[in-house]
Amino acid sequence: MRYRKERLDRGIKVRCDDVFALSSYREILYLAMPRVLPVAILLLFPLLKGVVGLYWEKTLVVTCTVSLLALSWDLMASVGLISLGQALFFGAGAYLTGYLNYAFKLSPIVTIPLGTLGGALFSTLLLLPVLRLRGIYFAIVTLTLPLLLGRFIETTKILGGGEGMSGLSPLPNIWFELYVAVFALLVCLFSFRRLINEDYGLVLQGIRDNDRAVMSGAISIYRFKIQAVFIAGLAASFAGAFMTHYYQFVGMSAFAMDYSIVPLTAAVLGGPGTFAGSVIGAFILVPLSEALRGFGTLRVVFYSAILIICVVALPEGIFHYMRRKYHQFERLTEIG
Amino acid sequence: MEDRTILEVETVTKWFGGVAAIVNVSFSLQKGELLGVIGPNGSGKTTLVNLLTGFVKPNSGKIIYQRKDIAGQQPHKVAALGIARTFQMAKPFYQLSAFKNLIIPLYSPRVKKLRGGKYGDRDDVAIDLLEDVGFERDSSVPYKIASSLPHGYVKRLELARCLALRPDLLILDELFSGMSMAEVAGTLPIIEKLNVEGLSIIMVEHRLKELFRVAHRVMVLNFGAKVVEGSPSEVMASDAVKAAYLGSEDDA
Repeated sequence: MRYRKERLDRGIKVRCDDVFALSSYREILYLAMPRVLPVAILLLFPLLKGVVGLYWEKTLVVTCTVSLLALSWDLMASVGLISLGQALFFGAGAYLTGYLNYAFKLSPIVTIPLGTLGGALFSTLLLLPVLRLRGIYFAIVTLTLPLLLGRFIETTKILGGGEGMSGLSPLPNIWFELYVAVFALLVCLFSFRRLINEDYGLVLQGIRDNDRAVMSGAISIYRFKIQAVFIAGLAASFAGAFMTHYYQFVGMSAFAMDYSIVPLTAAVLGGPGTFAGSVIGAFILVPLSEALRGFGTLRVVFYSAILIICVVALPEGIFHYMRRKYHQFERLTEIG
Repeated sequence: MEDRTILEVETVTKWFGGVAAIVNVSFSLQKGELLGVIGPNGSGKTTLVNLLTGFVKPNSGKIIYQRKDIAGQQPHKVAALGIARTFQMAKPFYQLSAFKNLIIPLYSPRVKKLRGGKYGDRDDVAIDLLEDVGFERDSSVPYKIASSLPHGYVKRLELARCLALRPDLLILDELFSGMSMAEVAGTLPIIEKLNVEGLSIIMVEHRLKELFRVAHRVMVLNFGAKVVEGSPSEVMASDAVKAAYLGSEDDA
């Protein structure tokens, strides 16, 4: 006798598919939980400073930053633009913010929005000529640009050169830091999810799946690609702008490869194309990396090993797996 | 007399490296006419479609559409002028449901303009369009994810994607390839109806029997050049056509 696995929707999932969902607390909870619970945890975590300690609160800020970069990567991937260089947006936002504060003594309330907009605009313009490239060709260009800009700043000694710009204005207090990071993440996550399910988002996905069919639908794919890169750039540039004031410093490290690779890994680990997956990925990778600090130099070994195991065991991405388990159960059925 | 010409192709030539894909091809199309294009494999039919729709730029020649030379224009601009095409290898947006596939052309500036500056409820329009190409309205088929559709539906979805643009000229690149007899029989009347309602159509096809039934005129390509052009019965009787398809006695 041979068996095969069969997946079936849970009863509660089926009941929740129509209006009866509103008939009982259980159903409402089933629908609302996956959204409400993470949001509640994120909003409450900063209040637990006395319990978890400042160190982990600071880790939350970094995690939110990486999440924003991962979301930004995921939006670009939704249009079929595979980026290996979110550091470009991050660095552009960071440097612009830093310079505005360093040279003109503007307050963070002004420099962060300006840095976000300007950084996204600058990076989009820089990528404009290569938006026609596809797949690996686009990826290579994005990989190179942040490295190029970093070296350019170092050798020309502009914007602080190799030393960077330090002594920038701090953010008002730790609450401000924590809640701005958390709110930025939530706003970005839910607006990207909304965007991709709108008709506008369908066009973006269409460009990823079959750009020729979109073109023959009388739609200029370049316009949409430019817009998508700019929107994605806003998220990543904000991360850079915010971190500049958080660290009160901006230097060549803003263009470091870490800001390109970690978000990409987070998105792939969490499940690309879902946005929630990118955030889950970041919330696993960054705290894990911190938790492994005790291992010293061996940290990277453990980190990489865990990463490989995750990707091999769950190639679909953690979010897809969790969603499936939440909505469906498996059972064995006889065949033959 | 009123000029009823919608498309005028003048001595268009396209080289791919050293290979001439289309050589000095000229033809014209009247409003409301259905022109068939046939030819053996590799005779340049799809290249011709690509030339007409901006996916390939000609090396020389003119493509006059509604009195404007559109040769070498970008595909989305050509489509915005009202030339819609199907692809021989129909590749729908697999991850979207059938009717959501149509949202993309419905989102175009052209459709917005035609609908008086408003996009309106695109979902309803999409379902109507699918009904026009034979998706049963009250069934689950229009809501099925595109990757799960049978081939015949995929091809008709491709047709609906074109109709979403409300085109003035429809170019079908082997719409019937891979369809079963029954699917072809179900699709042919849809094309006939569109044509009767006044839509100009260029139909590249391998299914000669069905094509000859609906075409007003047929053009035969071989090695990128126009061999014969005429009414279906003239073309069927032509020696040059037999030679192109079966090889002439000199070759044998």
